[in-house]
Amino acid sequence: MPRLAVWIVRTALIYLGCGFTVGGYMLLNKGLRLDPNFLTWVYMHEELLLIGWMLQFVIGVAFWILPRFMTAPKYGAIELAWAGYIVLNMGVLTTIVGTWIEGPGSAAALIGRGLEIVAAATFAIYMWPRVRPFLVG
Amino acid sequence: MPPLTRYFIKASLIYLVSALLVGGAALARAPLGLPSWVGLLQPVYYHLLMVGWVTQMIFGVAYWMFPKFSKTEPRRSVPLGWAIFITLNIGLLLRVVGEPLVTLNPASGLGWMLAVSAVLQWIAGFGFIVNTWARVKER
Repeated sequence: MPRLAVWIVRTALIYLGCGFTVGGYMLLNKGLRLDPNFLTWVYMHEELLLIGWMLQFVIGVAFWILPRFMTAPKYGAIELAWAGYIVLNMGVLTTIVGTWIEGPGSAAALIGRGLEIVAAATFAIYMWPRVRPFLVG
Repeated sequence: MPPLTRYFIKASLIYLVSALLVGGAALARAPLGLPSWVGLLQPVYYHLLMVGWVTQMIFGVAYWMFPKFSKTEPRRSVPLGWAIFITLNIGLLLRVVGEPLVTLNPASGLGWMLAVSAVLQWIAGFGFIVNTWARVKER
């Protein structure tokens, strides 16, 4: 597994742990009603698991297993992929902070979403040439 | 494909069908005149889909295909893998049954089902992280 895939997948696993912890806290309180404001965590829960965990995990595995190039650099424009990884996580964290402080319509949350869109486009541009038959080029 | 992966993937396929049935019922409640409690199944639908289907499919495929941990323990701990499968599924099923009942009647005394569900799913999530972390490595 290449280094960037290790970073992406392990980051996704961290988000999985955080997302399950927040989700568990919410479900526990839905049952036992210890914290009446437990629903305030819902945006963080969704962001951690949908973008931080699932989307990031899929991207990490795709980076690992999509066909490589026959000649160096075998993983293509890897700087672009690193940039996508950094921008994606800046986006997730900015969105989480923004929704936590001011709700889903806050400026920070919108900036976070914007960063996530940039990251998605970056990954799409990076991966496009690797979606091809094996043992070609 | 190891036996545990087959269980994960087949269970995830059952959840996929179940989720779409539940989601379809929630959507068709008004036009078909289904009972009002069917409308309470929206969170169950989301979690059947995201935990039962997507997450469980990921767990099963990762357990199968990720780099081997060692020659003697290629998939790290097999018992932990089974514990993840069991806790995730019992936890999710408790939620599927308990959440609509608690929402319909908060004084039903069934809130413990959701609390146990939360703990079991949390254990499953962290079990997966522990069992997978060291298999995510550079060659």
